[in-house]
Amino acid sequence: MSTTTAELLKGAATLFPDEVVTQAHVRHLELPYGAGKFALITLDNGLDHTKPTTFGPQSLGNLNTAIDQVEAEAKAGDIVGVGLTGKPFIFAVGADLKGVELLKQHSDALAIGKGGHDVFKRLAGLAVPTFAYYNGAAMGGGVEAGLHCTYRTVSKALPAFSLPEVFLGLVPGWGGCALLPNLIGAERAVQVIIENSLNQNRQLKGKQVFELGIADALFEGADFLEQSLLWTAKVLGGDVTVERPEVDRGEAWDQAVAKGRFIADSKVHGAAPAAYRALDIIAAAKDGDLQAGFDAEDQALADLIMGGELRAGLYAFNLVQKRGKRPAGAPSKDLARPVSKVGVVGAGLMASQLALLFLRRLEVPVVLTDIDQERVDKGVGYVHAEIDKLLGKGRINQDKANRLKALVTGVLDKAEGFSDADFVIEAVFEEIGVKQQVFAEVEAVAPAHAIFATNTSSLSVTEMASKLKHPERVVGFHFFNPVAVLPLLEIVRGEQTDDASLATAFGVAKKLKKTAVLVKDAPAFVVNRILTRFMGEVQNVIDEGTPVALTEKAVEPLGLPMSPLVLLELVGPAIGLHVSETLNRAFPERFKVSPNLKAVVDAGKRGFYVYDSGAPELDPEVQALLKQGDSVLTEEQVRDRVLDAVAQEIGLMLDEGVVAEAQDIDLCLITGAGWPFHLGGITPYLDRAGVSERVTGKRFLEQGVASVPA
Amino acid sequence: MPRTVRDVVFVDGVRTPFGKAGPKGIYHETRADDLVVKSIRELLRRNPNLDPAKIDEVAIAATTQIGDQGLTLGRTAGILAGLPQSVPGYSIDRMCAGALTAVTAMAGGVAFGAYDVAVAGGVEHMGRHPMGEGVDPNPRFVSEKLVDESALFMGMTAENLHDRYPSITKQRADEYAVRSQEKAAKAYADGRIQADLVPISVRRTNEEAGETGWGLATADEPMRPGTTLENLAGLKTPFRTHGRVTAGNAAGLNDGATASLIASEEFARENGLPVKMRLVSYAFAGVEPEVMGYGPIPATEKALAKAELGIGDIGLFEVNEAFAVQVLAFLEHYGIADDDARVNQYGGAIAFGHPLASSGVRLMTQLARQFEEQPEVRYGLTTMCVGFGMGATVIWENPHHKDAGGDK
Repeated sequence: MSTTTAELLKGAATLFPDEVVTQAHVRHLELPYGAGKFALITLDNGLDHTKPTTFGPQSLGNLNTAIDQVEAEAKAGDIVGVGLTGKPFIFAVGADLKGVELLKQHSDALAIGKGGHDVFKRLAGLAVPTFAYYNGAAMGGGVEAGLHCTYRTVSKALPAFSLPEVFLGLVPGWGGCALLPNLIGAERAVQVIIENSLNQNRQLKGKQVFELGIADALFEGADFLEQSLLWTAKVLGGDVTVERPEVDRGEAWDQAVAKGRFIADSKVHGAAPAAYRALDIIAAAKDGDLQAGFDAEDQALADLIMGGELRAGLYAFNLVQKRGKRPAGAPSKDLARPVSKVGVVGAGLMASQLALLFLRRLEVPVVLTDIDQERVDKGVGYVHAEIDKLLGKGRINQDKANRLKALVTGVLDKAEGFSDADFVIEAVFEEIGVKQQVFAEVEAVAPAHAIFATNTSSLSVTEMASKLKHPERVVGFHFFNPVAVLPLLEIVRGEQTDDASLATAFGVAKKLKKTAVLVKDAPAFVVNRILTRFMGEVQNVIDEGTPVALTEKAVEPLGLPMSPLVLLELVGPAIGLHVSETLNRAFPERFKVSPNLKAVVDAGKRGFYVYDSGAPELDPEVQALLKQGDSVLTEEQVRDRVLDAVAQEIGLMLDEGVVAEAQDIDLCLITGAGWPFHLGGITPYLDRAGVSERVTGKRFLEQGVASVPA
Repeated sequence: MPRTVRDVVFVDGVRTPFGKAGPKGIYHETRADDLVVKSIRELLRRNPNLDPAKIDEVAIAATTQIGDQGLTLGRTAGILAGLPQSVPGYSIDRMCAGALTAVTAMAGGVAFGAYDVAVAGGVEHMGRHPMGEGVDPNPRFVSEKLVDESALFMGMTAENLHDRYPSITKQRADEYAVRSQEKAAKAYADGRIQADLVPISVRRTNEEAGETGWGLATADEPMRPGTTLENLAGLKTPFRTHGRVTAGNAAGLNDGATASLIASEEFARENGLPVKMRLVSYAFAGVEPEVMGYGPIPATEKALAKAELGIGDIGLFEVNEAFAVQVLAFLEHYGIADDDARVNQYGGAIAFGHPLASSGVRLMTQLARQFEEQPEVRYGLTTMCVGFGMGATVIWENPHHKDAGGDK
């Protein structure tokens, strides 16, 4: 018994009643140069460009109906061609992911894949040529709809074009994996499908889409559709012949796939299946059998949709896109005070980086102070040099550089610098007495309304504020290194911090374009506490006797951006030790200070590894310092120890109310430590792997939040 | 410093297809500035020898300079069209003669030596900006009887012009209108119009107006080929009971844009640009606002006098057809027959439409094409009436004529 495409989609639509439905309008026009009557299909969800057009089952059904119409017209000889384009600024941004989240059955997931294929394939099977006009943002299924057409044009103004499926945990499953390598060759296809996706979902611009050979013609945005239609008329009239370079189906194809696997390994270390499934299909597409490729896409899509990695990926994506932009627990932004001048206490490297960030994002006067003129000059000099670098790269023009340089100053006298500052941040030595002293001095000269922020990573904000006349103005403002790269900003509410100060801090964070998460004033806040517990357990395992290499290998299947000891090297062993000491004081029963780590720091080593061969190898001098026990664990035992520790710590943090929900923990780990989407941060993985229940007796997230619904 | 007046030429002109104003019109969901932008871009595409950085000015006319027709269109449309930032621009308003005035203003600058080459054009989106939008006439106009109350209503001024020329009956006006439709249809059939049209992508979301989605405008929407006298006879006379002016013998309410390149002849030749017409003279004249359709008569007299030409020297006329009566008054004044073959050979605004401030360049583009086809004609003129009692005339020489550029 065969099901028609329309029936298939109708069935799928019942599973997704809240779909934002895209219409597929068919309009006829006379092509220029007497080329004949043409049917142009416009994909449009009826909303403005801030709500991009997507494909859910009803939307696919609408496109299917539109194709019914043009198919008949083409067969009857009433039209000479069919075009496909989008509403202003948007072509189509792919499958409606909200619908994917609702799917519970493998068969339903299979139907989504098959439904898309069945509709899009028809664009390649009409009696007349088909043309996709990529007028604006095109992603995923939007890109794929165009790939099924005979020809494509792209707008130079198109800002974002990608196949982001692998980034989320899917494969381009409506033809992308099979069609793209057959259109532009495997090497370029791997670049788009694997490399860009795994590089924080890097987007292509219109010109690159043309240069990669995905589109046959490139036109400027101002009259893109007109020029596309003129070009169409010329193609149909034979005045323009589209020539595409021959695809290399020899060894280059295999090499491209191998390169893709190398990229995937270096990014996800085999821990997330999507990239590998996509590469399998690309590898098989070498023989040009598109239908076999489409079938493989259906299977891969269904398997992945029913897998935990994708669900965690979608959860993570939504956290970053939504919760990251509307922080949970932040007070009303109406309470925020304007910040028109910023003071920075300290002119060291961290302070200078912060000064640069405030300067670039807020574009208000920023004053640095320090204990001697030399340090002040050095700090200002650093900011000036960074501005010059931006100028040299063409990121800012001379006028902007002049403006920014004029805004940053350095003074020795805090009274002179801070008397009209609205926001003062300190980045001085991590010592509570020093910080209390600094804030006391600032309070003596700063206006009554000024907010005091501290970039402390481990000290108590409440304690720091306790000696002030107005402790309610102090707020923790914890950045992550490198400040310019990691989006997270932990905003710490001290016991006395008032709503206005907190609201101002969130307002500043937004202007700084940081992902702000509200955190209670608890030791080491979120990211450092979890990372320290994680690395502490790794260190414990090593200290007890498991070889370094085996320990590191044991956590590889998680697919973290780097191994624990490489991360330690990046942070600096001395800082790692310092944070572990702080947490040891707070929670001695769970946080040990590793004698081996102390020995490494005392020996002045900057890390555990040497890189003489290119790959990290345990430094023999470090090896000589290590005093290990005789308990050697298996990889699985190591992994359980480490994950159990992380789960226990997160459970305790949620009990303590360090953050509002597990979602905030995950958001922090994704944006502050670069933990991967396929883990969903970490709690979806801990739930999926059964760690949460083993350690805490319950899941962190309800079934369906970051997993297949029950 | 001694100065020499330089010869000014019309290099090229294009326009969008004209649309019907209103919710069902092709441009109802298209911005006015986009119509201008696309016209300028087409002009540059057609003249690849012109380095856009050499454009000295962009003058764009619009009557209602609000919203998408505001914000100093000449400048903003230039930026939107991708002209270099170094190219300046400004906006012009002389109501219906806006684009014509843009051309003469640029021509004056070229002749003086201030510009080598400039863009002149106009736009009116009467659907988005109905006539009279946002106007605030000074109450003194009425209290001191400075103008008749009918002066602000163009249809009433046309009825007034019928009063001035009792011999111009509704019958004659309708006959004229039918001929305009016939000539326009023939010009389309002969391919005289399409070559200077800029195709415009048009979006429609209102199902009541027709198929939705993106379409392409490639032809004038207002045209009514096959119009007969019988069709016109029964139409209402909305401006006066038992009047003579109807929707059939007047231009409609329309949307559209035009753009042209005006240059010194020397610049055009040095840069390998076409020379389609050479400017001979131009003039503007004022008349009683309540008979604004009379304007082309004194304006043409002035322009002829400046050129030291007589009406008999003019071999081709492009007279804007705001109203049939206004063309007929002009012809009657100069003793030219209603159906004289020299007049509006391709038909006129009654058929194509009249998006106020854009129309002047349409007249020139059509005259330029007629010059090319008829090298035996040496002089032609473009003329139009203007609201609040004005007329505007530009006299052109045909560079294809054997004596062109020489003595008269």
